[in-house]
Amino acid sequence: MPSSLVDGNSLLAIDVGAANTRAVFFDVIEGEYRFVASGSAPTTAEAPFKDVAEGARDAITNLQKVLGKTLLDASRGLITPSQSNGSGVDALVVTLSAGAVVKTVIVGLLKDVSLESARRLTESTYTRIVDTIGLNDQRKPNQQIDSILRLRPDLVVITGGTDGGASLSIQKLLEPIGLASFLLPEEKRPAVLFAGNEKMEAEVKTLVGELATSLHFSPNVRPSLETEDIDPAERELARMMINIRKRQIKGVDLLDLWSGGHMLPTGYATGRMVRFLAKVYGSKKGILSVDLGVSAAVISAGFNGKSTLKVLPQFGLGENLPGLLNYTSLEEILRWSSLDISTGVLRDYLYQKSLYPSTIAATREDLALAQAVARQALYLAMQSARRDFPQNIASLKPNLTPLFEPILAGGGALSDASRPGHGLLLLLDSIQPVGVTTIIIDQNNLLPLLGAAASQNNILPVQVLESGAFLSVGTVVSPVVSASYGVPILKAKLSYENGAEARVDLKYGTLETLPLANGETGQLSIQGLRGADVGFGPGRSGTIPVSGGALGVVFDGRGRPLELPSDAVRRRELIKKWNWTLGGE
Amino acid sequence: MQAPVNHIVGLTSIVRERLLPVSGTVLVRLNQKVSPMDVVAETHWAREHVLLDVARTLRISSNAADRLVKCKVDEKLAAGVEIAVGKGLFPRSIRAPREGRVVAVGGGQVLMEVGETKMELRAGIPGTIIEVIANRGAVIQTAGALIQGVWGNGRIDSGLLVNIAEKADGLLTLGKLDISLRGSIILAGMVKDAETLEAAADLPVRGLILSSIFPSLLPKAREMRYPIMVTDGFGSLPMNSAAFKLLSTNAKRDVTVNAEMFDRYSGARPETIIPLPISASPPAPREVETFAPGLQIRMRRPPFMGMIGSIVAVKPGLSSLPSGLRAPAAEVKLENGETVIAPLVNLEVVG
Repeated sequence: MPSSLVDGNSLLAIDVGAANTRAVFFDVIEGEYRFVASGSAPTTAEAPFKDVAEGARDAITNLQKVLGKTLLDASRGLITPSQSNGSGVDALVVTLSAGAVVKTVIVGLLKDVSLESARRLTESTYTRIVDTIGLNDQRKPNQQIDSILRLRPDLVVITGGTDGGASLSIQKLLEPIGLASFLLPEEKRPAVLFAGNEKMEAEVKTLVGELATSLHFSPNVRPSLETEDIDPAERELARMMINIRKRQIKGVDLLDLWSGGHMLPTGYATGRMVRFLAKVYGSKKGILSVDLGVSAAVISAGFNGKSTLKVLPQFGLGENLPGLLNYTSLEEILRWSSLDISTGVLRDYLYQKSLYPSTIAATREDLALAQAVARQALYLAMQSARRDFPQNIASLKPNLTPLFEPILAGGGALSDASRPGHGLLLLLDSIQPVGVTTIIIDQNNLLPLLGAAASQNNILPVQVLESGAFLSVGTVVSPVVSASYGVPILKAKLSYENGAEARVDLKYGTLETLPLANGETGQLSIQGLRGADVGFGPGRSGTIPVSGGALGVVFDGRGRPLELPSDAVRRRELIKKWNWTLGGE
Repeated sequence: MQAPVNHIVGLTSIVRERLLPVSGTVLVRLNQKVSPMDVVAETHWAREHVLLDVARTLRISSNAADRLVKCKVDEKLAAGVEIAVGKGLFPRSIRAPREGRVVAVGGGQVLMEVGETKMELRAGIPGTIIEVIANRGAVIQTAGALIQGVWGNGRIDSGLLVNIAEKADGLLTLGKLDISLRGSIILAGMVKDAETLEAAADLPVRGLILSSIFPSLLPKAREMRYPIMVTDGFGSLPMNSAAFKLLSTNAKRDVTVNAEMFDRYSGARPETIIPLPISASPPAPREVETFAPGLQIRMRRPPFMGMIGSIVAVKPGLSSLPSGLRAPAAEVKLENGETVIAPLVNLEVVG
């Protein structure tokens, strides 16, 4: 990279999460951008502070201690740009996921067309759909009005009509929205996004314009029946989210001001980075990022020009935890536990943890519970996201996870790097990758911050990504095969750069590892048995270059989809064994 | 590191803002003394709306329909009152289907609100009005003991506090409820069955202060007309000793249970207030603390969940926990004499 491309600007990135606020400092070191240090502090969105700027200042204060550099002035204001005495920073970006889930009403014409697009659009940020109004809605307009008044949505997303198409039907659907907004107190009126028939802008302004907190327009998400284009509306919605948060949480406006308007919802910033990576490093396989945190599970995937972003607060590990039981059972969660835990204890855990989302597991038993919940939450999030993956993407079997390279993982439940084996097994269980893929843990949760930084500085994300700020756990080989437990399904030989070799005979139902340190590469020859497929075709052989990581090369012979033994004792023994194989306890 | 605070205080100044969710009429004045059940503000609130499509019914244009509408915005209409009548030999008539108020007229339609109900905002605590907030409510100040909890069913009431929990981990069962408890606020332990909640309603009691409740009972607890405040959480948790001591030593006093639903963003929490006579205003409790030696804390996560202790030292850097995680931590001396290392995020200051 020519040094002239790097103008030497330092950048401070702040991530205001539901539980913690992190301040991360990037600067140019030896001609290239590097992640330098981070500081964190509890987020202060909640009472008694109710001001996220306080937590951000605390995080920056802690960062200052690590950096040995002054970033805040005497009145705790940000020093920007950098001063000649070395204090301050040149630029700031902010990502935000703190705040209560945004209650949203979606409006569209047809259930399987515009309402589907509205749902997909709405699920790209921290929302919960509380009502759906469409042509098939059997309710009378006054009932729709009463529903909106009762639910008091923060946001209304309206889609429908191809460009120049239906307008009367949409007009009819807009009436209850306008009337309900009129009846709500001014400060409680929802923000409205219209992403439908572009020819209706004037009518929408007349019917809803003066009655909404703010009315935004984006290009039609369904310009024609066959085409869906959500990206521009996602961008508009991301900006609207920040404006909604400005109304709800003090301090958001100050941080947005500090960042010069470069504040983004964390999920959107992650999605932007994944889109960027898919474009830069794009291969036939997709790129997957999963982030499991207190506020939501965020699944973002990029496939050769197409991308999917799912922000799923219902699978977050914080205040929404009891709601997880609307999507799964206690037994399904406990199937992942290595310890014998009763359903009652788990139920109490879900409710208790929702009271104190920022608390962490201090005992092994508590960690076993937390990890079982995290596995099921991420598993469900992945299942939900898969439904909206594009058609015709690379996969080994239609009902399995598509082929990804690499898989990036972050968030509170996954970024603990003290035992990468724990994190890896959680990912293998919940995502169930197939074929050969590299797993990378974003231990400093940098991905969304790099996505936000990309708007200010497009060199920084590339250089930081290539600088080793992420922890490569290793290369995972997951054959697709049907066999009985203990039957050999794959033979592999790893040839190291120094000429040495290591071999593995993988049996169905087991995990195996071959050492390959971080930074090392090797040639991996794989021979599938009994029709096992890792991407070369059923039962076929091949050789591929692989790179190392904290756990080297990991072979997951447990089958896809992963089916755990129904016998609880045997299942728990197996989980313990798998944990042990990957360096856990 | 800043610490969350849960108030369990023997004597303190308590200031609470009570506001209507929508604009209404404030019924109290500055310096007025109020009791918990006094209404400080009220408003009228329509549960339903009726949309009458005059244009469509009469099959005429919106503009023509607007000219035929006889009622005006804000007009109160009795059921059956004619709203518009068409033209011709046999004109069709549109009448108000129910008694209500006209809220909007235009575009050939009339929108009425019907089924109006009065919403009353109660003081929730006994005290003095120190500020009136026009059209919305008031700020009330009092002095006494304050015990905050973690879950409430949204009800408020006052009464004599009766302690039937012999110890902090007592279980409230059907057999413990008798007629002598009628009209009381009951300090009980944990509750595990719906029948006990229903029996308390049948007496009726004026409130329940529980250490913990089974999550499966929450829907039933929300249905109860009397306030239920939970001090420690869900499942089978004993009451933390600070709350139990304070509540049990104040038995036979008048108390108010404001079982407000916990809202982490607004700061609303269920709480029990025990008004106490004072000669001078005691200081208000601190809303923010910084973890430091000597502070009284409560454990929020296993092991020792709910136990009270005091910080001996805040450890530098990160400490390793038995779970394998590493986090900023403190050395805590628990009330049972044991000293443990606990992550700071698992602690809350009690005071």
